[in-house]
Amino acid sequence: MPLLEIRNLSVTFDTADGPLEAAIGIDLHVDAGEVLAIVGESGSGKSVAMLAVMGLLPDTATVRADAMRFDGTDLLALSPRARRRLIGREMAIIFQEPIASLNPCFTVGLQVGEVLKTHQKLGRAARRRRIVELFRAVGLPEPEAKLAAYPHQLSGGQCQRVMIAMAIACAPRLLIADEPTTALDVTIQKQILDLLMDLQARTGMAMIMITHDMGVVAETADRVMVQYRGRTREEADVLSLFAAPKDAYTRALLAALPERAGGGSDLDGVAFTEEEGA
Amino acid sequence: MLNFIVRKIAMLIPTLFGITIVSFGFIHLLPGDPVTLMAGDKGMTVQEHAAAMARLGLDRPLWQQYLGYLGQLAHGNLGTSLVTHRPVLNDFLTFFPATLELSICAMVLAVVIGMPLGVLAAVKRGTWFDQLSMSTALVGYSMPIFWWGLLLIVLFAGVLHWAPVSGRISLMYYFPQPTGFMLIDSLLSGEPGAFRSAVAHLALPSIVLATVPMAVIARQSRSAMLEVLGQDYVRTARAKGLAPGLVVGRHALRNALIPVVTVVGLQVGALMTGAILTETIFSWPGIGKWIVDAISSRDYPVVQSGLLVIATMVMLVNLVVDILYAVINPRIRHA
Repeated sequence: MPLLEIRNLSVTFDTADGPLEAAIGIDLHVDAGEVLAIVGESGSGKSVAMLAVMGLLPDTATVRADAMRFDGTDLLALSPRARRRLIGREMAIIFQEPIASLNPCFTVGLQVGEVLKTHQKLGRAARRRRIVELFRAVGLPEPEAKLAAYPHQLSGGQCQRVMIAMAIACAPRLLIADEPTTALDVTIQKQILDLLMDLQARTGMAMIMITHDMGVVAETADRVMVQYRGRTREEADVLSLFAAPKDAYTRALLAALPERAGGGSDLDGVAFTEEEGA
Repeated sequence: MLNFIVRKIAMLIPTLFGITIVSFGFIHLLPGDPVTLMAGDKGMTVQEHAAAMARLGLDRPLWQQYLGYLGQLAHGNLGTSLVTHRPVLNDFLTFFPATLELSICAMVLAVVIGMPLGVLAAVKRGTWFDQLSMSTALVGYSMPIFWWGLLLIVLFAGVLHWAPVSGRISLMYYFPQPTGFMLIDSLLSGEPGAFRSAVAHLALPSIVLATVPMAVIARQSRSAMLEVLGQDYVRTARAKGLAPGLVVGRHALRNALIPVVTVVGLQVGALMTGAILTETIFSWPGIGKWIVDAISSRDYPVVQSGLLVIATMVMLVNLVVDILYAVINPRIRHA
């Protein structure tokens, strides 16, 4: 049984201009310990599907699916309270903008501590020890001192490390990383990716890596799903996809990689139809 | 943090100086003088008028009078009323507790009702609750204070007989007032029914004075909350599995408080203006009524020093607001 299984997921937003379909008929499954990359350009619906899994979409969104199961539990049938017991503990998420994702009014120690307080019955001292342990695990320098630091006192990379510490605090079985390196400097990107992969290898958690960067896909994923305009275009294991992409859009994405770009690979203005490359 | 407070206090000094110029200049711009007004219908000869002006020191050039006033202030002397011949400070201390009591009650009412209303309206955005509460707030904001006060008097005092029309307590009660705050003094007096009477007298003026700030605070809380609820850190809080009450009450509210606190500070200034009207409608013996009477009789020292003291109070409240900012928002504290 897959850890996460989604069948025919559609997400529609109510907008002033009428309904907007952000994800259409997405099928997805992730096994325990597997790393799945969802790749696609902005607006392709890759984040929306994962926010739907976490139950983090705004009220204007309508989520429909034939099935959405986490470890056999039907997510669609869960009460909000039962869902809250699951998220943050069994499945966690980190976002694209680490600085904006942390509350500027509270210390990072408190913000990580909140997850532990919500999901684990730890005493104050034990919680503090666990936060320091987590900060050390994600490579934050001076972990003890960082407990009292506010987000604005940390760099973007350090904030992302705090976000990762928060996400792995309860040893989740699934970590969703939504463009975790996009907002960071190139050198820091590499460090954060290495950290994520190291944590994944050590804990054996499953990971969904949402990205628009084929380089990140190649470095991290076991399996890849290519999304375009709310629909899944291709799904394959990472080696097959890079070796023999079947879909025209996937081929164009791969051709846009700097090391493969030989000209004629400009994605601008290219519109892909349903039939092409399928 | 201490540096921050010292810096803020240092900035008050030039402002205070500016206020002395404005309050001094303002009363002297008004036509007429206290001597003519005191003489009333009896009138006086030109010589008598000149002698009286000279006795009061009002025959000197304005700049000399101003410097004299500053010199007085430097010695902590706010001057003596031309009408009552009592020190301005004594009169101020007599009338101020009544205004302070009314203002505090009005502000507490405005914050305690306005803020939760705004927060709830933002959380329930677009529902009937949101629309009803925000249109009520708009009506409250648009209502002229004197008219609103009269409406309440007609309904609650005239028709329903639930509340008294004027004053701070029923004439049946007489007891010493060590604090000047009727609610506290009536409790201390131990007289049965005194506290209830004080509350009944305070109710209508407080509601009238609270209406505009309550509407402003509710609308500001709603818009601040709406902005904050869309922030990434609120999504992070939800992603942790926190209960909705904690997400809104801790993560969102703390950030939304920053603009709301500014508005509360500004409303304290507006409250003083409102207090003058409210005190006049309800014959409330506070500084609003005191200043209005002093302006009518051109009681220069009372107006000059009264305005200075009121402005200082407003500035001190804003200093507290600035400090609160720093407490709420660590980015300001560390700046």
